[in-house]
Order: sequence, then structure tokens, then C-alpha cells
Amino acid sequence: MKIVACIKQTFDTEAKIVVGGDGQISDEGVNMIVNPYDEYAVEEAIRTKEKDGGEVVVVTVGGDKAQEALRYCLAMGADRAFLINDPALVGADSRAVSVALAKLLSDKEAGFDVIFTGKEAVDDGAAQVPSQLAARLDLAQANVVTDCEISDGKATATREIDGGSETLELTLPALISAQKGLNEVRYPSLPGIMKAKRKPLEVLSLADLGLSADDVASKVELVVAELPPARKAGQRLTGEVDEVVAKLVQLLQEEAKVI
Amino acid sequence: MEFAYTDEERMMLQMARDFAEKEVKPLAKEVDKEHKYPAATVKKMGELGLMGVSVPVEYEGSGMSNICYAIAIEEISRHCAATGVIMSVNNSLACDPVKIFGTEEQKQKYLADMASGRKLGCLGLTESNAGSDAANLSTTAVLNGDEWIINGRKIFITNGNEADYSVVIAITDKAQGHRGLSAFIVDLDNPGFSVGTVEDKLGIRGSSTAELVFEDCRIPKENLLGEVGKGFKIALTTLDGGRIGIASQALGIARAAIEDAAAYAKERVQFGKPIAKLQAIQWMLADLSTHYEAARLLTHRAAYLKDQGQPFGKEAAMAKLMAAETAMKAATQGIQILGGYGYTTDYPMERYFRDAKITEIYEGTSEIMRLVIATNILK
Repeated sequence: MKIVACIKQTFDTEAKIVVGGDGQISDEGVNMIVNPYDEYAVEEAIRTKEKDGGEVVVVTVGGDKAQEALRYCLAMGADRAFLINDPALVGADSRAVSVALAKLLSDKEAGFDVIFTGKEAVDDGAAQVPSQLAARLDLAQANVVTDCEISDGKATATREIDGGSETLELTLPALISAQKGLNEVRYPSLPGIMKAKRKPLEVLSLADLGLSADDVASKVELVVAELPPARKAGQRLTGEVDEVVAKLVQLLQEEAKVI
Repeated sequence: MEFAYTDEERMMLQMARDFAEKEVKPLAKEVDKEHKYPAATVKKMGELGLMGVSVPVEYEGSGMSNICYAIAIEEISRHCAATGVIMSVNNSLACDPVKIFGTEEQKQKYLADMASGRKLGCLGLTESNAGSDAANLSTTAVLNGDEWIINGRKIFITNGNEADYSVVIAITDKAQGHRGLSAFIVDLDNPGFSVGTVEDKLGIRGSSTAELVFEDCRIPKENLLGEVGKGFKIALTTLDGGRIGIASQALGIARAAIEDAAAYAKERVQFGKPIAKLQAIQWMLADLSTHYEAARLLTHRAAYLKDQGQPFGKEAAMAKLMAAETAMKAATQGIQILGGYGYTTDYPMERYFRDAKITEIYEGTSEIMRLVIATNILK
């Protein structure tokens, strides 16, 4: 089995978000991690390999720093990694990312059996890349999957739907996007961390993939980012009980709109 | 000078921090309150390679640097100093002397078991009349045919109640003073061994502190560690390394106190504004953070020197002295910042305070640290 996991390096979920004067989010001094949903994808990929044999290839699109995220996945137990890193991909939209990934996985790294991704990245929350990638590669796909079983050329995936769940059977090769609950993510062991240093991590430019900057021109641009408005201070009502209660009911109805 | 983390160190930090937050933190209060040895956590730590961080891979260790070791101990101790010391003692006081002084057979037989976490180790050095004066021992080891017969009592032994193996320092020739001490590896599954008093303690209550009782405890002749007469040197070398672990443990406690105090100060409103806006609070936190960073650099430098095979005893003593005093100060002022809340068990600050104190005492008191430093700079 050749198993692929697509990941994204994102801000630590506890990072304090700072928007710079240019209206863009600043990554200065921010601790970067593997997108938590993608960790489920990597874990599932490694478990599939442990069960059925084969290899796990981890891929990402990002800058130099994204190598750290790939090394972490290698430390967890993935075998090889690719970083697609090109100046033309800075600020890439979901389409551009899926074009680059699809090219790698249909050309240089073709012949996979299954692709695991997270259901979305916790930073932009767009949840676009899995479906776009599946479409470009003409794959069966199951999104937001909480249980997955791979055998006999098929993937059986259970996914959340409104008010319940459904179980799908997909013919491989297929793409599965992971939801929390799919598995429990392992910690990289210390020997795993040591081995990760020697595992192959290849950095590819667009030219290496046979793509041009025009192929990945973003069609969506982040114009401006704003922090949510600061929470307003609470109101204190004072006076006679009758008046206060009446006022409170009025505020709950008209301002808070909860009753 | 290079202050950036290597890939390996960065991954170690991330993994240990993640593990500590998810696996260690949720149990810390109960471990402390119930005096409960965190057996399941220690088992997981063994599986991840945390019980033999710098032991070579061929003896089932992780083959990592001492800097990685220091990073890991700090992260674990950030949430539970008791779990931190269990790990530190196994790594530094049990694995390390066998790694440095053991024969190939001893390493295969004992080191691999301890480094993998299958077995737990401890160091039997301290006695009722031999604390800071570590050479003033009474425990004896007498060679009788193919066996050493050990008699005596060791006290205050961390991990003593759970340990499977102990490195034991005993007198083999009383006339020779500290040159008449030798080190042994004792399998504690031995009819001549029993656990005596298990102490009820102020802090690090999840780790056991126990008395080791040896009554005609017969061990194979080949369990002598190093040469006859080298026991004191082995003990001191072992403690030098242990101080990197305890300095890191103290760093974890200090950071816990500083982070919790800062978070509280930003939330707690008095006189119409968060107390973090008050200079009285700001200066406390500024001083503590500065001491913490300085102690961390000292600790990582001592670890670096050990990795390079250079002398590091003075640096390890400086690191432990500074880190321990910083931890105590941070926890004391942490309670001050939290006020009455800090004095209750609703917040972990009082636990940090109780845990911090031991770092000024064990593996060499702060007074002995100053003695070691002074001896080094005045020689």
C-alpha cells in the first residue's frame, strides 16, 4: 500500500493572533504546529501501514518552516516527505494548493492507494483542499470521517451527517478527510524523533513539478483580516427589585434576544 | 554561540509539552493529594523513550542529547514535579552510572531494562548519618566466595518503594575512608532486601521516598559496578549528572509558578483594573522571568558540556543552585500574587510551593552546591 497524508502547518491553537498594520495576520514569534485535523490523517495513515504494510508519504505546501511539521510527521512514523515550496505559492489559495498537490500525486508520486487529509485547517477553516484535490485526481472521497477501515481495495468510512452518521464504501484509490474521533494521535517516540532526522524529505519547486506560476495563480485573495470586536463589559442594574426585574426582562428580550 | 533549537530538540520540546499537558497535568492534583505513584504515566513514558533519554539505542535507550533530556524533564515537571523526579532519578541516578561504569554484561542485563522503562531504578546512597557528608556511610559489602553480602539501611531513596534495581554504595574497606567505598547493582527482587519506612512528605508526593533495608543481601560477585574503591567517585559523578535533571525539574516548577501567576494577574481585578497593571506585581514577574531564563541557560550549558564530554560539575551545580532558588522564589511570590486563593488547594500554586522546596535539598543542598562551585573556582 502506498498511503499519502496531506498536511498543513498552522498556528498553535493557543497562539495569540495579532493583525498587523497591513491588515494581515502576523506570524512573528508564533509557535507552529501540524494542523490538528491533519494529525488524525497522519495517524490513520500510519495505522493503515502498520496493519497492511507499505509506506506513508507526507506532503505539504508551505515555506521553509513547514519542514518542521513534516519532520514531526516523520517522527510519528511516516516514511518520506515532500515540501512543495515556491515563491509563487506564498499566500496560495485552496485552488493553488490543490493544483500543486494534485500534480505531485498524479505524476512524480502517482500510484497511491489512499490519501488522508484533515477535514479542514484550523487557521482559515476553508475545508476546500480535500474536495478540490479529490476532484482533480478523480477520486472517490469521504469527508469528516470518524471511522475508517481499509481492506480488499475498498475503504469503509463512517462520517457525521446532520443528526446521525452514514457509512460509505469507497473504491480505492480514494480520499478520506479526518474528523476528530477518527483515532487517538500518538506522540512521536524519542527513537522516532532520532530516526526522523535521517528520513528523506524532498523540497520541490513548481518547476520541479512541471508547473508554472500561472498554473497556481490564486483566484482568492485575503484582503483584510480583523479580530473579532472586544467583548463588551456587562451591565449592572440597580434600583428597586420591581424596576430591575422589568428592566432585565426587557434587556433579555430586546438586547440579548434570548427570551 | 548558537541559541536555536536543533530539529531534534524542537521535536522533543513539542512532544514532551504535548504529553505533559494531555497525560501528566490531568493527574497531577490526585497524584499529589493521594500520595499516588503515577504508574500508568511512567509506563507510557517508558514506551516513548523518556526513561532512558541519553542511553544509547543498543541498550534500548533513545540515544538523545542531555539537552533533550533537560528539555523533557522541564516539560514534565511543568505539570507534575513528582513525575519529573521519577523520570530524572531513573535516567540520571540509575541508568547513567551503569551506562558510564558498567560492563557490557551489566548494560545488557540492567541498563536495557531501565532505559526501556520495563524496570525502574534508584540510587541507594544516603543514610541516616550520611547526607551532605555522603562518604560517612555504614552500609557494608563483604565478598564471600562468588557473592557480595550487603548489610545496612539507606534512607530517603527516591523511587525506593517501586524500584526493581538499585545502584548501592557501600563500604568495602573501612580503613580507606571514602576510597574504601564501592558501587553495586542490586536486583531488589532479593530475599535479603526489603523496603522500610516510606516517608510522608511535604511535596513531590507522587514519587516515593523510601528506606532500603539490606539484611545479608547476597548479590553475584559480577554485580560490582566499576572497580572496588571507586564507589565514592561513581556517586559524585552520578550526582553531577543528576543535578542537570533536578535543575530542569526546578525550571519546570518555576515556569509553572510564573505562568500561573501571570495568567491570574491579568484576570484578577482590584482597584478597578487587573493587578497585572500594578508595578508591584510587574516587577515580581519581571524578576522571576529573568531568573528563570538565566537558570535555563545555565542548565542547558551544563547539559551541553556533558554532551561534549567536558567537565560540567561546576556548571551543573550552578544550574541546580540557581534553578532551585528560582523555583522556590517563584512559588513563594506566586502565592503572594494569588493572595488567599494561592494559599488554598483550589489552585496548584501551593503544590508548586511544596514541590519547589525539595529542589533546594536533594541531590545536593544549595549549601553543598555553593561548596562545589567555590571548590571549583578556588582550586
